Amino acid sequence: MIGARAIVALGLAGIMQTAAAQDLSWSEMERGRYLAIASNCVSCHTDLDHDGTPWAGGREMETPFGVIVTPNITSDDATGIGRWTRDDFWRALHEGRRRDGSYMYPAFPYTHFTRMPRQDVDAIYEYLRTIPPVEADHVPEEELLLPLQVRTAISAWNALHFDQGVFVPDLDKSDEWNRGAYLVTGPGHCGACHTDRNILGGEQEDEFLRGATLENWHAPNIRGGEHGGIAHWSHDDIVAYLGSGRNEHTAPMTRMGEVVEFSTQHLTEGDLSAIATYLKSLEDTPRDASDPPQEAVFQAGQATYFDNCAACHHADGSGEAYMFARLAGSNKVQSDDPTTLIRIILEGAQAIPTNDHPGPLAMPAFDWKLDDDQIADLITYMRNAWGNNGPAVSASDVADLRETLAED
Amino acid sequence: MTQLHREVDVVLVGFGWTAAILAHELTQDGLEVVALERGGWRDTPTDFPTTHAPDELRYYWRHEMFQETAQETQTFRNRRGQTALPIRRWGSYLPGVGVGGGGVHWNGQTFRFLPSDFLARSHNEDRYGPLPDDMTVQDYPVTYDELEPYFDQFEKLCGISGQAGNLRGDIRAGGNPFEGWRSDEYPNPPMEMTFSQHRFAQGAHDMGLHPYPGPSANMSRGYTNPLGVRLAPCTYCGFCEKFGCGNYSKASPQTTILPIVMQRPNFRLRTYCDVLHVNKDRDNTRATGVTYVDAHGDLHEQPAQIVILCGYQLSNTRLMMLSGIGEIYNPATGEGQVGRNYTYQVMSGVDVFYDDAYTNEYIGAGALGMVVDDYNGDNFDHSGLGFIGGAYIACWTTNARPIENQPVPEGVPEWGAEWKSALRKNFLRHTSLSVHGASMAHRENYLDLDPVYKDRYGRPLMRMTYDFTVNDRRLSEHITPIAADIARGMGGREIKVNSLDSSYDIWPYQTTHNTGGTIMGASPDDSVVNRYLQSWDLHNLFVMGAGAFPQNAGYNPTGTVAALTYFSARAIRDQYLRDPGPLVQA
Repeated sequence: MIGARAIVALGLAGIMQTAAAQDLSWSEMERGRYLAIASNCVSCHTDLDHDGTPWAGGREMETPFGVIVTPNITSDDATGIGRWTRDDFWRALHEGRRRDGSYMYPAFPYTHFTRMPRQDVDAIYEYLRTIPPVEADHVPEEELLLPLQVRTAISAWNALHFDQGVFVPDLDKSDEWNRGAYLVTGPGHCGACHTDRNILGGEQEDEFLRGATLENWHAPNIRGGEHGGIAHWSHDDIVAYLGSGRNEHTAPMTRMGEVVEFSTQHLTEGDLSAIATYLKSLEDTPRDASDPPQEAVFQAGQATYFDNCAACHHADGSGEAYMFARLAGSNKVQSDDPTTLIRIILEGAQAIPTNDHPGPLAMPAFDWKLDDDQIADLITYMRNAWGNNGPAVSASDVADLRETLAED
Repeated sequence: MTQLHREVDVVLVGFGWTAAILAHELTQDGLEVVALERGGWRDTPTDFPTTHAPDELRYYWRHEMFQETAQETQTFRNRRGQTALPIRRWGSYLPGVGVGGGGVHWNGQTFRFLPSDFLARSHNEDRYGPLPDDMTVQDYPVTYDELEPYFDQFEKLCGISGQAGNLRGDIRAGGNPFEGWRSDEYPNPPMEMTFSQHRFAQGAHDMGLHPYPGPSANMSRGYTNPLGVRLAPCTYCGFCEKFGCGNYSKASPQTTILPIVMQRPNFRLRTYCDVLHVNKDRDNTRATGVTYVDAHGDLHEQPAQIVILCGYQLSNTRLMMLSGIGEIYNPATGEGQVGRNYTYQVMSGVDVFYDDAYTNEYIGAGALGMVVDDYNGDNFDHSGLGFIGGAYIACWTTNARPIENQPVPEGVPEWGAEWKSALRKNFLRHTSLSVHGASMAHRENYLDLDPVYKDRYGRPLMRMTYDFTVNDRRLSEHITPIAADIARGMGGREIKVNSLDSSYDIWPYQTTHNTGGTIMGASPDDSVVNRYLQSWDLHNLFVMGAGAFPQNAGYNPTGTVAALTYFSARAIRDQYLRDPGPLVQA
């Protein structure tokens, strides 16, 4: 994928233009490669935890619908999608149906991919045909919750949660905004992690990109307009984060690290800018202020912070640009759901080396060093220091996550 | 049975600073490079996260970062006629092991030698007359001017913090006015100084000396190096020497080069591979590769077009001896070059104790200090002094790690209630000055193979025969009192002078600046390697490191070691690859 940015710049025109274009085969394949990167297909369709063959599937995905094993999408006839036609592939992405017409589990983000026009889906198809066949059959050990144990029930789910149809540009907005909206809601499927779901696992429209918790990670609010989770990030901060894997505020780790590694760092500067333009347009409602913490808790947390965190994140929570996360003003630190915050302190996390920032970078694990009370007080402190505001975290919150993670 | 590997272009023996630089330089030309490291892999996130990097017991006392003597050690004696005994626990110096080598656990004091240091014989004889016969001092076959671009390159790679004193001949206030010309400023400004440095600078200034900020590989601010690798600002935690930096704040192969080199498809690293010897062809003109033992105890042969020794100075010298390359030095006859001109560093110091002021030296960094060079090299008139060379005098605040440091004033017993009471009183009210002296070569200081002691493979250990010389003692006797004068001017209650007044002792830590043994020179009659660090015997064998120093200057060696490495790499790339053969005609 190295050099994708430079190569695709030649072949890729914006969605509005390409809708009318009739690509020749190489250009279509090349555009498909880029869209496959923008859709980050490879990340889920590779068993990353076990050094699996790229595109051959086998990754266990914990979803709101239970654990799903991703399928092989190489061009292998028997176990991959070698026998799929363009129409089969279009129906999968646009309608969420398998080749035999049955419904797919919505763990496959067809609710997003449906926004992609036929030309784009065909281009991805053309590119996937170039992936050498790998024989890899995954019998999914699905432990799905009702009502999705019955595939036919999905039609009912779809009726509630699936708004089928390609992206319709808002003609009142700029081309750049529309391109960003398309990338975010369509191929980028950002909402799959960042939009909270209802009890049936459907993304809630009024929670769009306001943050959600999945696989014991809280994907933060990424609305960039006033009161949004990344309102304090500039347009360029968003571009730098997605394009280079570092910005003045933080570095992507864990799940978002994958997204940057396999997808966004390979996108064109123009597309990253479009995404930023779109995210910066999403305002949010002001958050309710939470009560200040007890003074003793604040002081205990502060002491822990100074001993363990201040060396990298600095005493004033300002962090170190392009290296150590800025905690003052951080949406992750202040978010109502503290899952990610607790988890990062417990387990630590490693930032991915990117093309622009090849150095390794990690947050160390503190699970062996700090007990539940210390971590709870520390988090409560960080959520209320330096102008931050967020609800207190209790030792039992920490203990619960510690236990859950130990069981994994 | 020996496993025979496919031939590669270059094999690097050891994987510390010099090998990392060479791996980066040589893979750029598409050469296939393999590095063999006898220790394990190490990186910042995995091996020294901040949560356990500052573990004094593990790293300082138990020597986590250092070569295990069970794997390789040496024997030592002060002089010929004595029976050398094996070192079973390192003391005076601490050879590193593992990926990054000593570059992981150094302090980061990154000097350039003075122009006159490279002309130690001719310059001093021109000015003061002939040197004594037993001083085997000789000129480097390379000049400061030739190395200047490479000093600059290394400083930028590392993000050295400092202040220029001589910018293209323009003497700058606040820098070192005695330094050789610099083509550019330091890439980063000096570090923040503490109370002790301010007092030192004042004291030195009052004596008419020229204090300047020590050049430091601890970052004074966030820095992205020319390879695109980012380092974070130093937190002054005081865990540099003997420790890996958990904050990405100290330049090391890990924080400057390895993220790039490890991604190169034409580079491979094999860890836990202990090289036994360099192999030669039948007519003794070329190296054919190396033989090594892997972690399973299996023997391997790695053929290569070019063999480069990048281990520590002691290891490189021994490997030359065990491989039968060149003749081992014999002090009785003066014949043989391998092991000749072993030199070290002549250290002394002064403690300063305060009553009313806290020095808080736990706020420190490996290269946080102020330095004066007025008595270094030939920056002062040596007429009638009976010695050559000099020393820098510095007030470094490297640390106040409690297992390692228990400063107490003169006359306090070494244990018991009185000692405890004195330590409690002085621990946060103490600083020290170090006198970091040159070590001039002497015909009786050398390395050879021990006749008695063997390693686990049954091969002889290397034997070190070393003591301080008349030149060393006079140097120290002259400069230590000057340091004491500065110390008296620092406004403390009392000082304590730690003179160099006995024979060299292998036990107390002094410094890991062992030099010589594979020295560079003008001809095979005075050296092991030529100016490009190329063996006179085998033209495709190069030997990096401070072993190349004909004698040691009054500075920490890493900056000069790195400059010589870049100089050699440039010659290999521009000259040797085009026309393999001796780069200097003997």
